[in-house]
Amino acid sequence: MSTSLVMFMVFIVVTLGITYWASKRSAGSSAYFAAGRQIKAWQNGVAVAGDYMSAASFLGIAGLIAFFGYDGFMYSVGWLVAYLTVLLVVAEPLRNAGKYTMADVLAYRLKARPVRAMASLSTLTVSTFYMIAQMVGAGTLVALLLKDSGIKFPAAVIGVGVLMIIYVVFGGMLATTWVQIIKAILLIAGTILLSILVLAHYGFSLGAFFDAIGHVTYRDAKGQEVVKDFLTPGLQYRPPYGALNLISLGIALIFGTAGLPHILVRFYTVPDAKTARHSVVWAMVLIGSFYIMTTFLGFGAATIVGQDFIKKNGGTNMSAPLLAQALAGNVFFAFISAIAFATILAVVAGLTISASTSFAHDFWTNVVHKGVERAPGEEVRVARVAAFVVGFVAMGIAILLGPTANVAFLVALAFAVAASANLPVIVLSIFWRRFNTTGAVLGLAVGLLASIGLILVSPSIMGIDPPTVVGAARHAIQAKPWFPLDNPAIVSVPLGFLAAILGTLLTKEPEAEAKFNELLVRSNTGLGAEKAVAH
Amino acid sequence: MAEAVKSITRWDRIAASRQFKDLMATKRIFIVPAFIFFVVYYFALPVLVGYAPAFLSTKVIGNVNIAYLFALSQFFVAWIIAGLYVKAANDFDRLSKDIIEKGDGQGGN
Repeated sequence: MSTSLVMFMVFIVVTLGITYWASKRSAGSSAYFAAGRQIKAWQNGVAVAGDYMSAASFLGIAGLIAFFGYDGFMYSVGWLVAYLTVLLVVAEPLRNAGKYTMADVLAYRLKARPVRAMASLSTLTVSTFYMIAQMVGAGTLVALLLKDSGIKFPAAVIGVGVLMIIYVVFGGMLATTWVQIIKAILLIAGTILLSILVLAHYGFSLGAFFDAIGHVTYRDAKGQEVVKDFLTPGLQYRPPYGALNLISLGIALIFGTAGLPHILVRFYTVPDAKTARHSVVWAMVLIGSFYIMTTFLGFGAATIVGQDFIKKNGGTNMSAPLLAQALAGNVFFAFISAIAFATILAVVAGLTISASTSFAHDFWTNVVHKGVERAPGEEVRVARVAAFVVGFVAMGIAILLGPTANVAFLVALAFAVAASANLPVIVLSIFWRRFNTTGAVLGLAVGLLASIGLILVSPSIMGIDPPTVVGAARHAIQAKPWFPLDNPAIVSVPLGFLAAILGTLLTKEPEAEAKFNELLVRSNTGLGAEKAVAH
Repeated sequence: MAEAVKSITRWDRIAASRQFKDLMATKRIFIVPAFIFFVVYYFALPVLVGYAPAFLSTKVIGNVNIAYLFALSQFFVAWIIAGLYVKAANDFDRLSKDIIEKGDGQGGN
């Protein structure tokens, strides 16, 4: 198992080297927050992929497919198709009209202070929930992978937290970008290798592979041996609410991705909208190829390792590493584990920089100090402090929740908030002349509250367990759930839109309407857009 | 104040220009149908999986069923739409370039 430790160390040393290199090039706001807007299309595309493919993608989906077959693969589809919303609707207008954050576009023609305050709150909420989920995942994974070296959960969480803080505080967006690029390349390489090994196991016959998926044997909850066709839908999503759950999940993914702050800020790192567009296409090629290959990872784990073995050796999230071990032994297991570790680090670094940028740029400079940077470099200094604070808060909560916490709902929550609060106001602000401040604030607030509120009364939190269920597996509230779906998007996204529209119609704001032409021209042509910084 | 009035008229003038209207129309002709198509095509998957699982379980080649092929097709459809968009966007860039050149020539911000 010490091979894992060596591979972790190699990755850490390389990324710290990059951070040192980047720290010398991160002077000034544009350099620190947006890597000087000098990132090339392919680089940003790979970085978007590295920012996006989280532990939930690599470990989570492989596990879901290994345990629920086809239903798990539904996540893979939604996570790629979501990029069409990014490509067609938000990426280019955002790059053209904004500077560092999503709120830049909203504040363009609306009253800056209330809008930025709400947008910053929603950004911090999404990023923090997402980050806690990643850190609990990282802690569990590292503790499990390195159990022979005596590293426990809290130490693992602190290790991940400290690294991400170093990347972001010293290296800014440039270091974060390169950490994400390296991680994405490692992840794709590891996934291709694993897929080839799975195919080799079946004598490179897709027919034999899919036949094996048709007869997966495992023990059900009662301990009875059952044989199921894992390519048949319905292993996870069953009546009465299965269909609505799937549609709700689809809404959260398709409209949430385009509202994820850590993805949106990536489009400020490129020189112009055309490069932003090409980078989305690069990202789609990588992300799509990866998610198609989850077929081999997930079904491979289901057929070659089997869920009975996975359950006894770390649970669903260990499906991909255990598959690597079964196919090619401990060194490959260590390699895949190191990739999983790199995956988490790159994502938490992206989340930290988007959260701290939003705090410094939206809240500190524009809300507290009314858009005036009192001293040169203040915004960057505040962002660095914010990165420390965000990192420590996330570490603290992750350690408090502990290794067995049910964190899947935190990721669902992040996507639901992004889809219900952020996306409606971004879209309406770009496309609706009449849209105004009251609409934006109300839309953000209702979207945020509705998605959090509905999750609190959903089956993720509420449920009645038999006394045999103990610890983190028990529901936090022992009562029948008030809302039947795991994902609130099917209700909260329409509510977010409705609140934004009603808020707008109830008030008049001629200034906002008057400035619509400016936003329209800027976001569609790139006239007057932020330029790349020359070295 | 005079500055504000001047800048407003500048953007309004561009927004009302023939060239800008052409750009918006060209964009709309591609983006609106493409968006509607992908949303409908995507949501057909969870709707069918949820409400017609028996139909989707029909086997096509060996053990491979309609459900898997339909899910797989989503990836290729997404890639094709992205490719077509990039192609169409070359026209947007060309139209935008003219507007920017003219707009920059008018000075001020």
